[in-house]
Amino acid sequence: MKILVPVKRVLDYNVKARVKADGSGIDLANVKMSMNPFDEIALEEAIRIKEKGNAEEIIAVSIGVQQNQETLRTALAMGADRAILVVATDDVHNDIEPLTVANILAAITLKEGPSLILCGKQAIDNDFNATAQMLSAKLKWSQATFASEIDVKDDIIRVTREVDGGLQTIDAKIPAVVSVDLRLNEPRYASLPNIMKAKRKPLEEINPADLGVEITQRLKVIETKEPDSREAGLILENIDQLVEKIQENVGG
Amino acid sequence: MIDTKQIRESVATICQKYGEEYWRNLDKKKEYPTDFVKEMTTSGFLNILIPQEYGGAGLGLKEACIVLEELSLQGAHAGACHAQMYVMGTLLRHGSDKQKKEYLPRISSGELRLQSFAVTEPNSGTDTTSIKTMAKKTNDGWIINGQKVWISRVEHSDLMILLARTKPQGALPKKTDGFSVFLVDIEQAKESGLKIVKIDSMINHHSCELFFDDVFIPDESIIGEEDKGFRAIMDGMNAERILIASECIGDGKYFIEKSVNYAKTRKIFNREIGMNQGIQFPIAECYSQIEAASLMVDKAATLFDEGKKCGAEANMAKMLAADASWKAGTTAMETFGGFGFSKEYDIERKFRETRLYQTAPVSRNLILSYIAEHVLNLPRSF
Ligand SMILES: Cc1cc2nc3c(=O)[nH]c(=O)nc-3n(C[C@H](O)[C@H](O)[C@H](O)COP(=O)(O)OP(=O)(O)OC[C@H]3O[C@@H](n4cnc5c(N)ncnc54)[C@H](O)[C@@H]3O)c2cc1C
Repeated sequence: MKILVPVKRVLDYNVKARVKADGSGIDLANVKMSMNPFDEIALEEAIRIKEKGNAEEIIAVSIGVQQNQETLRTALAMGADRAILVVATDDVHNDIEPLTVANILAAITLKEGPSLILCGKQAIDNDFNATAQMLSAKLKWSQATFASEIDVKDDIIRVTREVDGGLQTIDAKIPAVVSVDLRLNEPRYASLPNIMKAKRKPLEEINPADLGVEITQRLKVIETKEPDSREAGLILENIDQLVEKIQENVGG
Repeated sequence: MIDTKQIRESVATICQKYGEEYWRNLDKKKEYPTDFVKEMTTSGFLNILIPQEYGGAGLGLKEACIVLEELSLQGAHAGACHAQMYVMGTLLRHGSDKQKKEYLPRISSGELRLQSFAVTEPNSGTDTTSIKTMAKKTNDGWIINGQKVWISRVEHSDLMILLARTKPQGALPKKTDGFSVFLVDIEQAKESGLKIVKIDSMINHHSCELFFDDVFIPDESIIGEEDKGFRAIMDGMNAERILIASECIGDGKYFIEKSVNYAKTRKIFNREIGMNQGIQFPIAECYSQIEAASLMVDKAATLFDEGKKCGAEANMAKMLAADASWKAGTTAMETFGGFGFSKEYDIERKFRETRLYQTAPVSRNLILSYIAEHVLNLPRSF
């Protein structure tokens, strides 16, 4: 079985996001970018499935700007076997929409023939949480989202899902699209020998047009705002005052 | 070309896994970061300079510098493990094929640790050619007598490189002849009477005194030619200096980042202390000096990797980087005010750690003397 893992290049989770002066989005010029943490977890899971002997090949795909090559190199160093870069834009600020991403991934899936697609449940930059679902619909494949445990047995993938109020375990028939949650695993870092090996792994570069996909824009960002800054706290004299305040705010 | 960014990322990930609290606790208890060093070894980053045929990555000094710089700027104490990178250089350059095949792959895999080298003696620090520890030839090996001091990480190493006399002082016309280098199995030497005594010191560097009292080591311990060992030790010094300089660059970046963050958040007189130019300017100055020193470290490492002469650059890199990190440490102490003294902030720990590089492995004065006499051709002073 082949596993396809889409990886997105996003603003590093340690970096404080700054809104661009014109409010059109987050400033991504000269800031640290990394692999979307949920995609890292998906890739780790793919590597573990392969290490258990349940997969032969892991293909990492990234869609975006030329610099996404870096993210793919990291994926190769972690353990992906080869990588495909889809250069869909030359402006890092141009976020490719979930439906377009799903269209591109569906086209790649038809070309490469994976039986399992493991994705992060969402990208930490736009938080859409949509690509996996759209992709499974496009492909007419089974879908399992928010996986916190995965077990592959023959043509069945057993997925434990984190849902409101608890865990749900489902069996999905392969081929399937699975989106992963935070607690699935702890991704490995690339060891030096693996960084060296990654240099020789293939990284193919293509355009959406090669796949017959058109980049369309359906959504328009109206405004991006910083969250309101926290208001200063109050120091109260006694419990009575505290009770009073609570009643005031809760609307007693 | 290897992707150095990936090296940085992986090293940073390892460091963040342990966190600064790890180093703070070790410092308090004077313990060794055994698990951290093990992980740095098995992940391949400490074997970066060992050639691929012996199981290492076979990369250059530039890449090795990135590892140590990143360790330091993440708040780790690179001094606890840096020697694992370069002590093997003596074995690699001067060892026999048999020695290299026997030891280097096991050092690469982490099965054997070679991170201790014994040169300094109580009565001959800077003046290395006056060491007294003697190795006397017997039928099947050597008998060692003498004393060494400040020998770091010897309790956390399986092997040690030892410099000892094989001819008495003055027996040969050249001052630098009459020394030999040995690869010592530390456990075996202990069984044969080597005594190791810890030195209680300012930083958690695990340095010890060694007492050799008729310690026997086998014939095959000698590395390279008998009586020609001084060169074999000296030609490893450039690598050591450049690597330590990169550690200082990391320390400097650490201090600057901490200072900037603190200066932006600490409010006194109802405004951030970073608004005062008295706080801003020293940090800006340190930043410029670290950037400048970093260029010299790069230059030295590039020359080294190209196999060109780099003695002057290696020495200057070490001095400039150590000065810049020491200044950045002092500035961080200043910026943090009283809190700089609190162990919880880690500044005082790093401040103590980076102070070492004013003194060891070669003191500032000796670097200046090298530049004066070997680069500027000023008259010899000693
Ligand atoms: C924490 C620590 C770890 C160490 N680890 C090791 C190790 O693993 N292995 C090892 O072999 N050694 C080690 N050393 C020893 C270190 O290399 C020496 O301390 C250093 O070389 C200086 O020698 P010394 O201490 O004897 O100083 P000295 O030689 O006594 O010098 C004292 C001072 O006088 C100055 N001085 C001396 N001669 C001159 C001159 N001609 N002109 C101008 N100034 C001069 C020096 O610069 C220095 O400032 C370590 C030291 C420390 C502190």
